[in-house]
Amino acid sequence: MPDAGDPHRRIATLMVHPVLIVGASMGGLRTAEALRRFGYSGPITAIGDEPHAPYNRPPLSKAVLAESVSHEAVAFEQRDSTADVNWILGVRVNSADLEHNVVTDSNGEVHPFSALVIATGLRPRRLSVSNGELRGRHAVRTLDDAIALRAELKPGARVVIVGAGFIGCEVAATARTLGCDVTVVAPGTHPMHRSLGTELASEMQRRHESKGVVIRMKTSVTDLVGESSVEGVILDDGTTLPCDVLVEAIGSHQNTEWLEGNDLDLSAGVLADNDLRALRRNGTPWDNVFVVGDVARFPNPAYDDEARQIEHWNIPTETAKRVAQVFTGQAHGAFRPIPSFWTDQYDNHLLAYGVLSIADDVTLIEGDVTGDCVFGYYRSGKMVGVCGIGMRSVVQSHRTNFV
Amino acid sequence: MIKIDVDMAKCQHYGQCVFEAPNVFELNNDDKLEYTATADDSERANIEAAIDVCPMQAIRIVE
Ligand SMILES: Cc1cc2nc3c(=O)[nH]c(=O)nc-3n(C[C@H](O)[C@H](O)[C@H](O)COP(=O)(O)OP(=O)(O)OC[C@H]3O[C@@H](n4cnc5c(N)ncnc54)[C@H](O)[C@@H]3O)c2cc1C
Ligand code: SF4
Repeated sequence: MPDAGDPHRRIATLMVHPVLIVGASMGGLRTAEALRRFGYSGPITAIGDEPHAPYNRPPLSKAVLAESVSHEAVAFEQRDSTADVNWILGVRVNSADLEHNVVTDSNGEVHPFSALVIATGLRPRRLSVSNGELRGRHAVRTLDDAIALRAELKPGARVVIVGAGFIGCEVAATARTLGCDVTVVAPGTHPMHRSLGTELASEMQRRHESKGVVIRMKTSVTDLVGESSVEGVILDDGTTLPCDVLVEAIGSHQNTEWLEGNDLDLSAGVLADNDLRALRRNGTPWDNVFVVGDVARFPNPAYDDEARQIEHWNIPTETAKRVAQVFTGQAHGAFRPIPSFWTDQYDNHLLAYGVLSIADDVTLIEGDVTGDCVFGYYRSGKMVGVCGIGMRSVVQSHRTNFV
Repeated sequence: MIKIDVDMAKCQHYGQCVFEAPNVFELNNDDKLEYTATADDSERANIEAAIDVCPMQAIRIVE
């Protein structure tokens, strides 16, 4: 063992600061795996504030919520290639100093890095109401959230879901399937309207209603009723819905507070260039600071030069791969990932490719709206997305339109 | 040789795996997943990519 005065040892410790990944979920895990796959063999440290090793979130509002929720049911398989990653779990990073290549965690410990990967994702936005200190309020982002919600989804329970995006609708379908009495309350015109467009969204509303879910669109929540736990939800039209279980699925906040003071554009996620390098406010990239997953806002030349956050499951994997390629000098051409999402609600399996929300025209291209069907999404006459209920092969046959 | 296992209780037949390892996975005429139980070692990288993109995390290499 060389002693501390040994010059070789000192040089070694100076040189081998790890690639530091903040956020130990899918984006963080996939980055570690991709760095190894593309040949980086130096140290990797990943710090995450959840106590669990990385796990898969989508089942938390679907199949796993319907059965029993456990880490085992959703954990990502750990690969041999990342066995030597130093996972620091249950620890939050409080601040970063990009100029000096360090972050500081909630225990006051300082972690130097050679490169930083921002993978801190999103957290649910919560209702802001005056009578808010009540039990029975839920959100669904983490495993612990899903475990807590699962315990309350008993047959006959009166469940009110605020928000009719994908997660709200998935929880509605799961709770209804479990025999709960379900009402969805949301401000928009149709469930999932912003993503799916009117045709498909109104059809999905019909399918939810045919299962007995009550859907109240163009409605918002003004306050809650209850002493210690939620008993009712007061709506803006003055009515009160009885409620045992409240699920708040009203969008997200960005987990970027820890990055403040570093001249980054944090107005929506972390603004990055097409190589996922975080950008200073003057538009120049940090060479050793990357962003992956839900929190990354980056331009995709497959569409245009507007930077967007894409909160779909395939993006952590795609962005992680690109970061590893850039970091190891193996990136070629522009980064043009095809966003893809799916959702399962009852026996409706929706699959989509592309960016549906930018379309100005939506057309049925196959099937029948009341059965299995596929819609094309177009902007200025060019296909920008495709989405189907069932009919996977047809949906997939259009995927090449976006490559 | 690589042995592949897909947990058909988990698989929702999304066919994302098909794009990554077309020699191993395909959707049949009924849009159901079919796959070869074994594959050549040269397919390993493709199969690992398929494991990554499977939304249900249903695919495993069992060696
Ligand atoms: C219930 C649910 C269902 C979904 N269903 C679908 C679906 O059907 N289809 C689809 O395409 N997508 C779906 N998604 C979206 C998909 O899961 C996300 O795109 C994906 O999880 C993003 O991964 P990520 O690693 O970027 O972020 P996250 O998974 O959010 O991970 C970020 C991690 O960083 C941690 N963290 C945050 N701040 C700090 C800090 N300061 N210090 C340390 N750690 C920190 C967080 O606790 C978290 O563990 C769903 C998401 C949810 C929640
Ligand atoms: S990607 Fe997964 S869920 Fe989809 S068909 Fe392949 S194994 Fe099944």
